[in-house]
Amino acid sequence: MSTLHEAFAAARADGRALLIGYLPAGFPSRGDDVAVIEAMVENGVDAIEVGLPYSDPLMDGPTIQDAVQRALDAGTHTDDVLRTVEAVARTGAPTLVMSYWNPIERYGVDRFATDLSAAGGIGVITPDLTPEEAGPWTVATDAAGIDRVFLVAPSSTDARIATVAAASSGFVYAASTMGVTGARTSVGDAARSLVERTKARTVLPVAVGVGVSTGAQAAEVALYADGVIVGSAFVRAVLDAATPTDAMTAVGVLAAELARGVRGG
Amino acid sequence: MTTTESGSYDAALHGPDSTGHFGQFGGRFVPEALTAALDELDAAFRAAIVDPAFITELDRLQRTYVGRPSPLTDATRFSAYCGGARVLLKREDLNHTGSHKINNVLGQALLTVRMGKTRMLAETGAGQHGVATATVAALFGLECTVYMGEEDTVRQSLNVARMKLLGAEVVPVTAGSRTLKDAINEAMRDWVTNVEHTHYLLGTVTGPAPFPEMVRTFHHVIGAEAREQVQELTGVLPTAIAACVGGGSNAMGIFGAFLDDREVSLHGYEAGGDGVETGRHAARFSGGAPGVLHGARTYVLQDEWGQTRPSHSISAGLDYPGVGPEHAWLHETGRATYEPVNDDAAMEAFGLLCRTEGIIPAIESAHALAGAMRLGRELGPDAVILVNLSGRGDKDVETASRWFGLLDGERMPEGRL
Repeated sequence: MSTLHEAFAAARADGRALLIGYLPAGFPSRGDDVAVIEAMVENGVDAIEVGLPYSDPLMDGPTIQDAVQRALDAGTHTDDVLRTVEAVARTGAPTLVMSYWNPIERYGVDRFATDLSAAGGIGVITPDLTPEEAGPWTVATDAAGIDRVFLVAPSSTDARIATVAAASSGFVYAASTMGVTGARTSVGDAARSLVERTKARTVLPVAVGVGVSTGAQAAEVALYADGVIVGSAFVRAVLDAATPTDAMTAVGVLAAELARGVRGG
Repeated sequence: MTTTESGSYDAALHGPDSTGHFGQFGGRFVPEALTAALDELDAAFRAAIVDPAFITELDRLQRTYVGRPSPLTDATRFSAYCGGARVLLKREDLNHTGSHKINNVLGQALLTVRMGKTRMLAETGAGQHGVATATVAALFGLECTVYMGEEDTVRQSLNVARMKLLGAEVVPVTAGSRTLKDAINEAMRDWVTNVEHTHYLLGTVTGPAPFPEMVRTFHHVIGAEAREQVQELTGVLPTAIAACVGGGSNAMGIFGAFLDDREVSLHGYEAGGDGVETGRHAARFSGGAPGVLHGARTYVLQDEWGQTRPSHSISAGLDYPGVGPEHAWLHETGRATYEPVNDDAAMEAFGLLCRTEGIIPAIESAHALAGAMRLGRELGPDAVILVNLSGRGDKDVETASRWFGLLDGERMPEGRL
């Protein structure tokens, strides 16, 4: 049983959804990423996705692109990401990495899985890796005992959802809308239908990401999904803050609001 | 007409396999939201290429709108600079819109209509693919948005104006390195958001399956025509073929018909920029490594952490850190060889073709001409070298003028030639 499995089970026993927060490693700076994430955890974020900054993030909208570019400009490399994971895991929150495929392949597929596990990471979300291309990754993650999370989208057919879910472990990531990451005024109806179609085809928990930015949206998604993933809204809060201290305050306030949301508040 | 039957069909040279792989290269590395659109495109493509109505319509447009077949020109005066080898130019520069790009655009635009979509997206570097897409969008009455790196909109401002005149929206991309790579990222993001009514008309043999195979198929006409034309003119197959390789669509177009002719050597010329040793180049095979970029495994300019490295070339159309996966495969199998041509060698060939043949080539194509000069000196006067002159140089007049010091009323310095 993975720690992720336990985290989802505990949230379910509480009658609520799991709250997962995202921040790129090395953002807002190579020193302050962990402090910002700690503020998220202290204010009710249950699990953390540490983003691995990549030069060509084609599933990300302008907010995350901006943050990732800053992290890259500051010289954030894969080994820095693993150090961030190690520090975040010490908070006790289940810690995953979100990474596009090429940096993992370049680092070495087996080596990445092993080093992530050694750093205390428990899973990896790969937004541009399809199950068809994931043969070596499946072997490596199984050997290292970490979860591999693939995505489903509103355009996925039922057969495709079954394939993606069968390749996944830990949970299935349901992208709420057709499009890139970023805050939206509403989380579309497509998300609910996608979660229902996915849950009909897997026993894994299903978490909804892309476009969730407020407590009210989190509450709405928590009605039908096992987890709520928030990324761009945290990044935006940091980008808008004048100082690192302000950033931690703003992130804490947002985390608390989202944590009330996943509890139905 | 004298023709030689093609040598025996070698399945190992005719990828991809059923999963879109050319050996270890190609495949699909995309956000899941695009899987359904790629499956739809794949099905539409496979149905169309065996549908006589589609083939007839594409052929009609190629003849009456593009001006195919494009001629083959015996470049006798230019040959003197190529070790006396006979150099034949496949004149894709004479196509409507000025390059080979329109072959693929017509094919994919017909598919767009067949799929019931009303909007086409394109990325463009030099502007040739953007212009071709804007042109065909006007012809078919489709909406058109073209993404172009901000840096490229400056160095190819004439093509920006052409696209706007044709009714397209041109979006300058300010993210990342502000060149073709970033334009592709933005086009993919637009596509994933609007995929229901939008087709992404990718302009080269890169990207996720089925794009590399599909784009190659629509450019196959280049090599098929040239193979007949060369034999009709000379009675033999060419000794060697030279083509420039950015993403690699013109090269795949001309190589494709000769893959089974083992006696014909295939040569791709990448942008060497300031020189591979300077790090300022777009030579993926000598300066890159296998990796994943824009949906496919291929050779990529990347650092030790797998971050894409910026490319450099005087030619916007070759200034790209990835390359078509089929080229990666032809490189790995040894069927084709790839070498860098630096900016200065390309511009020397550019100037020479202007003065010896009265043809202003695209700077992209000038890399292939420089390759032919190198090949000719190696192969000697008995060789027949077929060069794909993939585009014309009107768009490059300003860049070339600056290079040769022609601005402010200066004359072309003899030393440059």
